[in-house]
Amino acid sequence: MAHPAPQASGPAASEQADRAGETLLSVDKVTRNFGGLSAVSNVSLQIRRGELVGLIGPNGAGKTTVFNLLTGVYPPSHGAIEFTRDDRTRDIGGMAPHRICAAGIGRTFQNIRLFKDLSVLDNVKIAMQANVPYGLFAAMFHTPKFHKAEVEIVDRSMELLGIMNLADKAGAQARNLSYGDQRHLEIARALATEPTLLLLDEPAAGMNPAETSQLTDLITSLRERFKLSILLIEHDMSLVMRICERLYVLDHGVVIASGSPDEVRRHPKVIEAYLGEEADV
Amino acid sequence: MKKGLVSFLVKAVPLLAAWAIVLVLINAGIVTDYYLATMATICINIVLAVSLNLITGFTGQFSLGHAGFMAIGAYTCAMVTMAEPSVLGFVGGLLGGGVLAALVGLLVGLPTLRLRGDYLAIATLGMAEIIRIILLNQDATNGAAGLSGIPAFLDWNWMFFLTVATVWIIANFLHSSQGRACISVREDEIAAESIGVHTVRSKVLAFMIGAFFAGIAGGMYASYFYFIKPDLFGFLKSVDILVIVVLGGLGSLSGSIIAAILLALISTALQPFPELRMIIYSLALVVIMIFRPQGLMGSREVSLGVLNRFRRREPAVATASAAPAIRRDDDEEVV
Repeated sequence: MAHPAPQASGPAASEQADRAGETLLSVDKVTRNFGGLSAVSNVSLQIRRGELVGLIGPNGAGKTTVFNLLTGVYPPSHGAIEFTRDDRTRDIGGMAPHRICAAGIGRTFQNIRLFKDLSVLDNVKIAMQANVPYGLFAAMFHTPKFHKAEVEIVDRSMELLGIMNLADKAGAQARNLSYGDQRHLEIARALATEPTLLLLDEPAAGMNPAETSQLTDLITSLRERFKLSILLIEHDMSLVMRICERLYVLDHGVVIASGSPDEVRRHPKVIEAYLGEEADV
Repeated sequence: MKKGLVSFLVKAVPLLAAWAIVLVLINAGIVTDYYLATMATICINIVLAVSLNLITGFTGQFSLGHAGFMAIGAYTCAMVTMAEPSVLGFVGGLLGGGVLAALVGLLVGLPTLRLRGDYLAIATLGMAEIIRIILLNQDATNGAAGLSGIPAFLDWNWMFFLTVATVWIIANFLHSSQGRACISVREDEIAAESIGVHTVRSKVLAFMIGAFFAGIAGGMYASYFYFIKPDLFGFLKSVDILVIVVLGGLGSLSGSIIAAILLALISTALQPFPELRMIIYSLALVVIMIFRPQGLMGSREVSLGVLNRFRRREPAVATASAAPAIRRDDDEEVV
């Protein structure tokens, strides 16, 4: 634990981009019902450019459902999700996942979803779907334009793998990676789509304290390097308290508290619902 | 680019040699029409199996309608060459059949490729039956009697280069961004969507390309065997093609090629025993499936000739020098 202090007023948020502070994602009273059950009800949350925000809550609180709504896996039953990129604000609620990805939201999955039978390098190459400069004809006949673009795709993929410490495993099958490496590869794959907002679903799940600590540093450095805003779901309170500037606490599909880690950890409702029972902070 | 040229020659020379040797043998009268017919069957089956493998093996969409696309190509090519019996007519009929099959693939694919698994298989099966019934009930296609006396243009040169071109184009496609997107759909559709892959478009694209080459294969069939009827393109034909793909390995182009050759050879070798032929053929399939349930090749590729570009890379790059090794490999592919 090199930096135990919460970074609620840390430097990253204010200095990162020219337009820091501008609202990037605005979720307005979003509800999602499955049959008679509402997994998420009236959830509102905002993420500003460059922020690192945590979404926490007990099991079954609806955290992953929020992610799935943000990435278009299913549309919200009510409410609006507005995302801003290049000064253009759009309602992305109910948009197809590939379009939301193109708009600039990347994600990882709680239960790792890699292309397990493919190589590590191919996993990242596939994610470089946007801005492929050649068409179907070039793809079928491997024109010089195709080769030039492919070399660049491999270069960029290897660069990302290098950042994630996976360069030496580029040729390995994804299923043969260690658990931690698989989580790293998922992040590399998400970064390959060039997101401005990265959603991490329990990035530290299954990691030991040393690995978690490394991951914490990695997330911080990625945010600087790629000028990312990050929303992460996490059960590991040491990670959440260390790097998140703000937290939203979800319980039974409702936001019961939000604010800086210190505020949240003292919030009576949170203690009642979650922290008091399960986590050691 | 000198290295690229060498690499190209490594692939091209064995293929050209194979083509030239057979050509010489045909001219010398050693390869008779009987053997040539077997080779035509092999070539047509390779085109069919490789194109179905693109849909089923690489994109993961279980299709039972490949014979339907083949029928469209066969009838188009037959009718065009009968109206215009020249090489131009043949090429026009071949391409026209492929394009028509691809368009039908688009029409059928748009609604059905939103279905998954079993549903898609049933929908494509239905489509192939509809095509067969239409051909059966049209005056222009001469109903159940079929079309005969189709001008024969498909000689060894045509069949060889059409087959090589098909494998080359599909292998190229699979190694492009669009092809990788198709493979990602097979691997995990939800993950693919989340990284920006337009999954429906990828599936429809693979389906159309597969249909196009099935149409080409149909045209090749019509032109070589100069007689076609709707019954040739029934459900069993679709299953035959699927057997080749599964036997060779879902997701292996070279597997499809090897299986197409192997099955044709087994079938030819058993010609003298007509009463035992289907029994032994079926037994061979059962035995292979017991001992190689993933198919002869699994999802592996052999590095030979044009398939050189398609080999898997892990063994070569599983060391610390991974990055430069991969770079070199890709450079080599510059032809």
